Parts: sequence; C-alpha cells; structure tokens
Amino acid sequence: MTTADPRSTRPSTTPFTSSPAAADPGWEELTAAALLGTDRRPVAGGRGERAAGALLDAAARHALRRRAGLRPGPAAAPPPPAPADPRPPLPPAARRRLDRLLAGRAAPAPAGGRRGTAPDLAELLPQWLALAGERGYRAPPAALPALLDAARARTDLRPGALALAGPRGRWLAGFNPDWRFALRGGAAGLPDPGDAAAVRELWEEGLFAERVALLAAVRKRDAAAGRALLAGTWAGERAEDRLMFLDSLRAGLSPADEAFLEAALADRSRNVRATAAELLSALPGSALAARMAGRAVTCVGPDRTAAVPTVVVEAPHECDAAMERDGVVAVPPPGRGERSWWLGQLVEAAPLSCWPPRFGGRTPEEIVALPVADDWRPELHAAWCRAAVRQRDPAWSRALLGAPAVPPATGPGTSSLAERAQLLSTLGPLERAHWVAASVAAHGLSEAFQLLGVCPVPWAEPLGEAVIDALDTARDAGGYPWSFSGVMGLAERCLSPAAADRLAALAATVPDAEDAPPGAGAYWAEAFQRLTATLRLRAEMRAELDGAVPA
Amino acid sequence: MGVRRTSGQVPAPAPDEASREAARGFAAAAAWEGTGAAEGLLWGRCEGPEEGGGGGAYRTVVDPAGPAHACTCGTVPSLCVHALGLLLLRAADPAAVPDAAGPPAWAVRARAALPAARPAAARTGPADPAAARRRAERRAARITAGAEELERRLADLVRGGLAAAGHPGSGPWEETAARMVDAQAPGLAARVRELGALPGSGPDWPARLLEECALTHLLDRAWLAVDRLPAPLATTVRTRVGLPSPPGGTVLRDRWQVLARYDTGDARLTTRRTWLFGTGLGRTALVLSFGAAGRAPALALPVGAVVEGDLTPHEGSGRLRADPGEELRPAGVPAAPPPGGTVGAALDAYGRALRDDPWLDAWPVTLARVVPARAAYGWQLADADGREALPLTGADRSRPGLWRLLALSGGAPVTVFGELGHRGLTPLAAWSPEEPAETVPLL
Repeated sequence: MTTADPRSTRPSTTPFTSSPAAADPGWEELTAAALLGTDRRPVAGGRGERAAGALLDAAARHALRRRAGLRPGPAAAPPPPAPADPRPPLPPAARRRLDRLLAGRAAPAPAGGRRGTAPDLAELLPQWLALAGERGYRAPPAALPALLDAARARTDLRPGALALAGPRGRWLAGFNPDWRFALRGGAAGLPDPGDAAAVRELWEEGLFAERVALLAAVRKRDAAAGRALLAGTWAGERAEDRLMFLDSLRAGLSPADEAFLEAALADRSRNVRATAAELLSALPGSALAARMAGRAVTCVGPDRTAAVPTVVVEAPHECDAAMERDGVVAVPPPGRGERSWWLGQLVEAAPLSCWPPRFGGRTPEEIVALPVADDWRPELHAAWCRAAVRQRDPAWSRALLGAPAVPPATGPGTSSLAERAQLLSTLGPLERAHWVAASVAAHGLSEAFQLLGVCPVPWAEPLGEAVIDALDTARDAGGYPWSFSGVMGLAERCLSPAAADRLAALAATVPDAEDAPPGAGAYWAEAFQRLTATLRLRAEMRAELDGAVPA
Repeated sequence: MGVRRTSGQVPAPAPDEASREAARGFAAAAAWEGTGAAEGLLWGRCEGPEEGGGGGAYRTVVDPAGPAHACTCGTVPSLCVHALGLLLLRAADPAAVPDAAGPPAWAVRARAALPAARPAAARTGPADPAAARRRAERRAARITAGAEELERRLADLVRGGLAAAGHPGSGPWEETAARMVDAQAPGLAARVRELGALPGSGPDWPARLLEECALTHLLDRAWLAVDRLPAPLATTVRTRVGLPSPPGGTVLRDRWQVLARYDTGDARLTTRRTWLFGTGLGRTALVLSFGAAGRAPALALPVGAVVEGDLTPHEGSGRLRADPGEELRPAGVPAAPPPGGTVGAALDAYGRALRDDPWLDAWPVTLARVVPARAAYGWQLADADGREALPLTGADRSRPGLWRLLALSGGAPVTVFGELGHRGLTPLAAWSPEEPAETVPLL
C-alpha cells in the first residue's frame, strides 16, 4: 500500500482525500529542502542549525495538519454480495470443535515424532467434515478462511471442505489466488444440468476443466444426455481431451453406451481405443465381450484326456489386427512373454459368464478349484481376478478370494493383497466386514492393512471385535505397537466409538509379559489410550453435530 | 511507584513499562561481560556512556530476592535499567549469567551497600519524598541531555540532507537509540529506532521520514519546555518521552466488553494489549500487561466476553490506558457490538485525539455498517451507502484477519473495531448482524 499523498485527489486510487484546509503547497518545498539538506538549499528562517530547526518546525505543523485533516477517500465498487446459503448453522459445540480441528491442523507435530496419547486432530477432520456434510450444515463464515486453507493443503479434504463451505466459500475463494482450486471442478459455476441451452453454451465455450466437470454433472443426472453431449463434438476434440471425456462415461455405464464405444474402437488415438475397449469389456452383453469370449474359450478349456479334471491353456500365437482393434495391446512390457501377455488381456476382457458352459456347468468355485496344467495357474487366476473386479462380479470374487481362514499362499485365486482388496470391494459391505474379520482372526494383522482399508466405516461387527482381539494378541506376543501403526491409524478412524470401553480396559491392564521386549507395555498402553481417546472424541463429535451437547 | 514482586523464580522486576523498555537494551548477553551468579547475587559489567566515569563501564550487582541492587550508574534505590536488564537476561538465558563459585571482590564490596542488608522495615517503609524528588530531577536532567543530543542529530540530518540517509539500517540510528536508552528516555529510543527503519523503505520514504523526524523534533522541543506546558499536555509529553504514566483520576466501575487482545514484542519482553469497552460508560480502555523472558503475560481476558470490575485510567495520551484495580469477574456475553459510526466520524475522532496527543499512532474506533471492498490501492472499509471509505492496514501482518473479515461480511455491512492511524485502519474485531453477540477476532 502506498502512503497517503496529501496533494492528490484522484478518485478511486487514493486511500484518503484531504480537507481543503490541509491542502498544502508548502510541503513539496519542505521535502525538497530536507532531501537536499538546508546547507545546500536554505529555507527562510536563517542558516545552519537554526535553518534546520525552522524546517523541522514547519514540517511538524504540516504533518499534524495533514493527519488531523485526513478525510475518507472515495469508496470502490463493493464486491457482489455472497449468494445466500439456506442450510442451518452448526450447533455451538460443533462450531467450537471445528475451530479446534482446524487449529490443530496448523499446529506442528510434537517434537520427536512420538504421538503420545492425544488424538491426531488432522486425521479426524475428514470424518468431521463427512458427518457435518451428511447433516447438511453450512460452515460459520468466520471459519471459511481456515477451512479453505486446510483444503488447499490436503486434496483429500477438498470435497468435504468445499461442500461445507458452500456458496459463500466459493464467493470468498474468488478473492484469494491461493484458493483458486475451489473454483475449479465441482459444481462451482456450473449451470443446472437440466438447462440445455446453458449446458450447450458452456460445453462449446468452456475451459477444459469446466467441460469435464459439466460432462460429469450431466452424465450423473441423465446418462444418455451426457453421452449425447459428448457425441455432438466428439470428432473435433483433441486426443487427450477425448481420453478424459471418454473416461467420464465410466459413471453410469450401460448397454446404451455400446454403439458409441464401439465406434470409438476405431479412434486415431491408441489410448482412446484402449479405454473404449476396457469400458466395453465391462459390459458383458456387448459385441466386444462376445468377440473376446470367443477368443478366450479357444485358449482356455478342460483337458478331456487327463485322469482328473484339469484346465489346459493354449495361449494365442499371434495378436492380429482384429484383437488390436478390440483393445489388446500387442507389445508386452519388458520382461513379459508375448503369449502370456496376450492371454491375460483376452481372459480379463472376456465376460466371466462364458466359463461355466465351457467347464461343463461347473460353478465359479469349482472352476477356480481345478488344477491348471503347465504352470499357467498364476497367470490365469490373476486375469480372472481382474475380470471379476472390472465386471463387478461378486460370485467370481468370492470364489477367487476363497475361504478367509485359508492361508493366502495356498488358497485359490490370488495371493496379492492389492488384488484381494479389489475383489473384496465388489462384495456387499457386511460380507466384506465378515470376510476380513475372519481373515484377521485367522492370520492376525500383519497383512490386514489393505483389506481393512476397503471395509466401510465405522467397522461393522464382528470386524471391530476381531481387530481389537488381534491387537491384544499382538501385544501379548511381544511386538511393539509401531509395527502395527498403519492398522492403529485405521482403527482410530474406523473403529466404532462403541469399542472405546473395551479398549480403555485394555489400556489400563498392562501385563509386561516376561518375554516381551523392555518397555513395550508402556508403549502399548499409550497406543491404546490414544485409540480410546480418539474413539471417545469421535463419539463426542457426532453428539455435538447432532446438537446433543449443550452449548 | 513501588516495586511489585511475584512468587516466581525471578521477580517481575520492572516497575513500569518505560523502565522495562529501557532495560531491554541491557537484557542481551552482548551488553555484558564478567557476568556470574552465586550466593543469591547476580553481577556483571556493562557498557556505560562514554562521558561517564568508571572507565566507560558500569558495575552492577543485583539480589533478585529483594529485589535490590547496587550499580555504579548511581541510581538508588529503585532498580536501574542495568540491574533490570541483568535480571531479565538471567531469566531468559541462565547460561549468559552463569553460576560461579563466588562473587568477585568488587561484587562482595558492592553487596555491603545493598539495601537488602538493611532491616526489612527500612525497605518497606514510606519512601523519602525528598530523595524521590532528587531522583526524578536527576532522571529529568538525563532525559534533557538526551533530547538535546537528539535535536543536534536531527538538525545535522536535515542540514546534510535526508538523501544522505538513504541506505536502510544505517549504524548511526542504532547508536543514537542506544544513547537515548542511556538517557533513560525509552520513548525517544523507540522513535529513533523507527526512524532508522524508514530510509529506503519503499516509495515516498523521504516524505515519511521528514514527517517522523519533524514529530520527534516536536517531542524534543515539548520536553525541553515541559514546565511551561498545560498540565494534561505536559503529562502526555512525559509519557511519550518514556516516563511512567501515572494512574490517577476517578476509578471506572463498569461491565467491560473484551473487544480484542494481541501480543507484541520479542524474546525478552512480551507486551499484551487488551481493548475493553465499558458498556455503561460508553468508553474504550486499553489494558497493558507484560511477560518477561518468553513467558506469557499473566492477564488473559477472553475476547468476546464481558467482565465486571474497576479500572483506573492513566493520565496523558488521551487517557486510554487503564489498570485493572482488582480481579475482573466474568459477567456473561455481550448482547451487541459497541456502538459505532461512519468512516468520516472515525477520522474526526482520530483528528480530535491528535489535538491532545500529536504523537498518537492510532486511536480506537468502532465502525458501524461498513463493507470491506477492494480498491485500486488495496483493501478498504466503505460506508454501507457506498460513498466514503478508509484504507485497511495491517494486512501484511494479519492476512488471515482480512480474509475472516471478508468472509464474515459476505459483501454485506458489518461492525468493525480497530486502531485508526494516519495510514488507515487496522481491524481487530468484527460482528455480523446475524450474530451480534459473537465477537470475531481478526488477529
């Protein structure tokens, strides 16, 4: 900001105007003399020290007259008013909680990195935002800057924070370049997806990010309208834009999209072709799926000559132009054989429904249990896993996961934790919780982290019970809690608050086992205390948001 | 004014903020040599004025328990700035005043002269008024010498030209500031330090430097003629030079709304400013509290609450400053923000306050129905009728505060309390019409 200039009266750029009495032509003279020095540029009133004193006397009078005579400057155009937000305000206790959570985010981590027994507020903020969002509150205006700062620092907070911030948050973000992210994507500034003219205008003239957001919004409201919007300009889009737009069709994918996708298989861009093929293969009734099934069943089938029923695999000998057009990538990544690479892609894209008829009416469980000749088993099962995830097929997922108590290495299907977690995500929430609980009960926590991550929050019983039992067992077995810090962190966010009492009892009784490493008991007590405190805090947060806590 | 004591390891040593300010210069390890602590004593040698005796150094011995001191600067019996500095230094950094096997011979000799060696009754008894007057006269004489020296410095500057001072952070200013500390005129010292920061500090700096030099010159001149000034102005001049402002006048009993609170200062001394508004008297008051050596000041009134109790105003400088007489009791929450006016009325109030105190940095004002808006030069607060506006300052210090103000307003009128100076308004608190009982702090 520039300093007030008493002589200037230009409108809209001056902070102050001066009253006529304070307008002061002598000031310029004084400043010039002071800048050069009175020895070189004398002023009226004498020489030497007396001249300097006279100048300072005059300058003091001028300065005071200017300050006392300051008048308001012209008002700039006011900002447009923030749109109204009809949602109800937070209950007072919840509001104070939000301030503390946001302040805790900014506070530095405790020295030494040891977490102590205090809950980690930064990890509770996403949950708080989700709970507040479910209840339809609006953010207190004064908390908006801290909320936007938090969302700026952590992208995972953005959807929840921006929803809570609402129209006033977006209004505010328009003034600070640091908060530009709030104006991108989302529903910010998008027309109503039902307003055809406005949608058409933005689709034809908007920026890329706006168009992606618009397509997603329209697709969500009316899948056919979204596809029609895209088809209207498809030929003129750039290749990388086509790829992003095509990806938007993943939401609400249905057989109605097949014709458009089939046409996209002839696209100039290889990435666009591959994405179109992937989407088509997720539609088991599509023509592409049928072509893939035809190819796959010629490669994989029962061995009628063997004494016991066995799967034989004859991987493709070439990748022809038709396969490439259907999205099969001809060149394998380094280190992989061509034929197994092609086989994997065919089986992955073939509808799983083609296999029971191929194997004499066997169920998925029975097919997965069959021995596979010539060491093709890992390749084949991995491809089936990818197919089950892509086609969201719970029956095949169940078969490939096997029984939770069976050690992963000896079970059917896959032993990769990432793939097992993906298979689990195709099952219903309760079934997921039961399967993971049984797995934790049988194998402990060492490989549970990724599996726990796909279970819905809060963990349904018996999953919570199983995790606490496993932590207790790990303590008795003489581990240190930091070997389980990933699971501990998940448990803080995901365990039902109802588990707090049981955990408090565990935290209070600390038998330092004879063979336990020294000091482990104290660390476990601390870890259990933090877990308990966090669960209680979560219960409290929920009660505050429900208005059940007095102000 | 008596010496207060607290129960802490080191007593709150400074009798008033002016002396604390002066002592800060001596609370740095670099100011001392030969420091040590033993047998309940702290001692050390520090740089004295060149023209002073004792080979240019003062020898200081302090008994923190008294607190009592002996110092070759000659100030007795109230703690001199050197003794205060030594206490603050020990509290902030014990290694800078290390434990020793025993005091050196000169400190042992000095200890014999400590007032602590006298009977306790002698220390707690009524001060000798004649001695107190002589002390005040001695200090006044020192300040006069300092003011005269500063006048010569300013005259030299103006004769040689401000352009010659065009490089920032030049040594002579620091040196002059140290001389003002020696002259026991911390108010002058603080002004000189600010002058030193102005050269080359952005556009238009010569005009700003000339204004500040002229006002410092005005203060020097006022001090040199302080005996001939009307009493209220004389008190203001004494306060501005750095003498303690005396609490006096009618005790104010009211329900005080806590408007704003913020801390300034450095590692050695924290100054906490708390703005209160008396809901019955309609009067704004400033309570200052201090924390030494990184400790938070004791008084922490909650912003947005109402407290009930007595305040004793200080003389001088617009009578804003006040001391809480007793414990202030919580008395609920306010129903509404303090009454406010237009931006024009706020500038009128600042202008009127300048009549009583030309050296005023800022005046507390409440603006009602104002809207934050972006002007060509930066942010401003405009009257709701959209005609007149004031620039907002302090944005570089509290950017989050500006955003909070804007978020609270949402483009609609709000009430804002802040400190208004000649550069604009520093907003400290705001209220929205939807929640008039909720004070939103902007710092």
